[in-house]
Amino acid sequence: MAVVEALVPPRSNSRRVVRRVLRNPLAITGLAVLAIAVVLAVFANWLAPHDPTQTQLGNAFAPPGTAGHLLGTDDLGRDVLSRIMFGLRASLHVGILAVAFSLVIGVPLGLIAGYFRAIDALISRLTDLVLAFPFLILAVGLAAIRGASLGNAAIAIGIAQIPGMIRIVRSETLRLKSLDFVSAAIVEGAGDAWILGRHILPNAGSALIVQATVGIPAAILGEAVLSFLGLGIQPPAPSLGTMLSDAQQFASRAPWAAVMPGVAIMLLTLAFNIVGDSLRDALDPKASRR
Amino acid sequence: MTPVLAVKDLSVTFRTEDGPLSAVDHVSFEVGDGEVLAVVGESGCGKSVTAMSIAGLLPRSATVDGSVELDGTELIGADKRTLRSIRGREVAYIFQEPMTSLNPVFTVGHQISEVLRTHIGLNRQDARTRAIELLKLVGISSAERRIGDYPHQLSGGMRQRVMIAMAVACDPKVLIADEPTTALDVTIQAGILDVLRGLRERLGTSIVLITHDLGVVADLADRVAVMYAGRVVETAEVHDLFANPQHPYTTGLLGASPAAGRHAESQRLNEIPGLVPVLTEQPDACTFADRCPRAVDTCTTSQPQLTPGPHRVACWNPVREPVEV
Amino acid sequence: MRRYLLNRLWQSLVTLVLATIVVFVGVRALPGDPALALAGEERDPESLRAIRQQYGLDQSWLVQFWKFVSHAARGDLGESIRTGTPVRSMILSALPVTIELSVLAIVIASVIGVGAGVLAAVRRGGPAEWAANGLALLGLSVPHFWLGLMAILYLSVALGLFPASGFVPFFTNPVANLHHLILPAVILGTGLAAVIMRQTRSSMLDALSADYIRTAEAKGLPPKAVIGKHALRNSLIVVVTIVGLQLGALISGAVVTERIFALPGFGKLTVDAVFQRDYPVIQAVVLVTATAYIVINLLVDLLYSVIDPRIRVRGEA
Repeated sequence: MAVVEALVPPRSNSRRVVRRVLRNPLAITGLAVLAIAVVLAVFANWLAPHDPTQTQLGNAFAPPGTAGHLLGTDDLGRDVLSRIMFGLRASLHVGILAVAFSLVIGVPLGLIAGYFRAIDALISRLTDLVLAFPFLILAVGLAAIRGASLGNAAIAIGIAQIPGMIRIVRSETLRLKSLDFVSAAIVEGAGDAWILGRHILPNAGSALIVQATVGIPAAILGEAVLSFLGLGIQPPAPSLGTMLSDAQQFASRAPWAAVMPGVAIMLLTLAFNIVGDSLRDALDPKASRR
Repeated sequence: MTPVLAVKDLSVTFRTEDGPLSAVDHVSFEVGDGEVLAVVGESGCGKSVTAMSIAGLLPRSATVDGSVELDGTELIGADKRTLRSIRGREVAYIFQEPMTSLNPVFTVGHQISEVLRTHIGLNRQDARTRAIELLKLVGISSAERRIGDYPHQLSGGMRQRVMIAMAVACDPKVLIADEPTTALDVTIQAGILDVLRGLRERLGTSIVLITHDLGVVADLADRVAVMYAGRVVETAEVHDLFANPQHPYTTGLLGASPAAGRHAESQRLNEIPGLVPVLTEQPDACTFADRCPRAVDTCTTSQPQLTPGPHRVACWNPVREPVEV
Repeated sequence: MRRYLLNRLWQSLVTLVLATIVVFVGVRALPGDPALALAGEERDPESLRAIRQQYGLDQSWLVQFWKFVSHAARGDLGESIRTGTPVRSMILSALPVTIELSVLAIVIASVIGVGAGVLAAVRRGGPAEWAANGLALLGLSVPHFWLGLMAILYLSVALGLFPASGFVPFFTNPVANLHHLILPAVILGTGLAAVIMRQTRSSMLDALSADYIRTAEAKGLPPKAVIGKHALRNSLIVVVTIVGLQLGALISGAVVTERIFALPGFGKLTVDAVFQRDYPVIQAVVLVTATAYIVINLLVDLLYSVIDPRIRVRGEA
């Protein structure tokens, strides 16, 4: 009986995982915040009360609560709430783009590193190399070569996340490779690509999901930093980072323009981190109970 | 003879996610001065929990009732400071896993000295000198050199000797050895048993030997307590028990093998069909009844108590005739 | 031990060579003809040829790479296109500020992170653990440059507790120096403190359930020794590695923090160079950062082997 079970791939019981996450009130709160953020970002065109780039110099520095401007206006009289909605869109855009980039490059490299021992050393030298360039330095270099833009910011952030992605996939591959059902498939003469794609990748899925949920908020913070420094999204396009950089000079006069975008970033990343944490706990209940 | 250690009506219950779990139920035994008492049973029978509860080493999820007296001092319910002053000094432990029971980041000398400095207040130099003596006592050659080694530099048998040296550093009254040889190779087991026997002879230490290895029992023990599902079901002098087991569980453990009592070879407990039950509460019945070949009606309706005398047994239908030789 | 050291040194060297190649190629990939940039106003073919010859731009890439490496090895990183100042002296004046800021941040983050992590592990399930976990989650999620803005806005400007910007060298006035740096260091340390706290908590929980902790308790050691010595010493091994892994994030963070607090450090140099398209400075900054990262990581690994005897002394078993 035990032998038979060992030869069948372990199916991660996704329904049970979802149930565990939904039982956690903190996770529900996080998911709700994410849902609101996504709705605001996706439907910003319809939901935003104003055009985020429309300046109205006569109405600059209107405090929160001013008629028509729930969160006030900035130094150029632009509506802070509308800019935050479009800023959320940019943040999520970069966050997802960066993580997708790191997945596309990192997952195959991680699979190869874990599966073919001969190439492992080469790949780990390459990750060492990437790690030697801190993400901001990477972004600086990329901005110098290709110019500052949303896409280049996402690529720089994505590159910086590749080593982490490779590490996760590599260790999952090593673990799964030693399990009986994979050994059995190898003995049966299955091809390497078949084993990697059919047996190892699907079972590494949960670890990848967790890594992606912590990667997105990190990327969002990265985008905010780059845009704040002027290396990311270029004005007048609204981004939470550029909003902060604009508001910095006038922070004493219009603190709301500096406080609100920061709160928005924090809520967004906090929600992602909470969901990521509870997802990890749900996938590995032993780790959380320790 | 006044016992050094007297355990009376000891019960341990764990709070778990699935409700309370009864691990030990009204266990009583005594250990005399210089005596070796073996506590025997399958894994999960509560023998290790019993051992841990003596010096209050159980996690917070455990509730302990009953009495443990060490030389007349009550240990159950004693405050933490008292327990700390007793652990390592009056009651010392040896654990099953020599590989992981020593801290990997300190030298063995440091870990032995630590006990001496904590309990006897020796200075660094005296503690070191004494630690070398102790290493020699447990049969480690070139102790002066070994004292600076880290655990990972020693073999499993050597590490277990270090554990023993650490345990007897303060000349404790009672040494509790929880499966001291289980994780070791057969050849190394004999050496460890020799060390324990030597300590008993030279220092007069009383030993509670927790084991499921009947070879070890025959080799070292004076008396045996057999545990099943949290209860002591039989207790007797070691020769009496091997020659004349009365509880069906004990006879099951010994099998029909008359050689068990004479050979010092490692002999594992015989397989008895079925599993040790996991109990949320102790029933008013014999917990072995389900697996017992000699069960009678009373067994499932009433809990048998230990009979008085030197050979005590808790059974409604004990085996009376001596085992065929 | 020696083999481990040599192996580690060799790996670092390989990474360093690769990093140098990447920087070299990266600079060649910059848009535009560098000669044009260097020429400034005088763009006649004659002076362009002179400039190409002067900077060796007419030679093969291989020769150029060799010159780049040999000059860099001698500490000659070229001159700023904008000011003509040797890049070396620009870096040497900016580096101490960044190093002091980063060291302060690591110290603060380690003290807070390890303290909170141990507390959370020991007081498991209690309000202390909840508070520590919550703060760590916040520390991971808050954009720390925004936190810096808020600190300047409310602590420096409104309450006047700290100077809002500027820098005083340590040897000019140590007290003023610390007064200027303490707030930026705390801000820079928040993310690191959160990471250290989470790592310390989980490795302390691992350590506390280990067999050797049961041994320490069975020896009758007081809780101070069981937790503060036996468990913590084992947990710190993991924490040290984490600090090493977080170094890249710390360097990135330092750039932003310096920008916000107007500290004349490495970060300001970097950002200014990008906006002024001062390529020699960008190239030097990237190279120095990569070298620093590789060297510090090597040192962290050595420290790791000092703390962990299992690496320091090879076992016989």
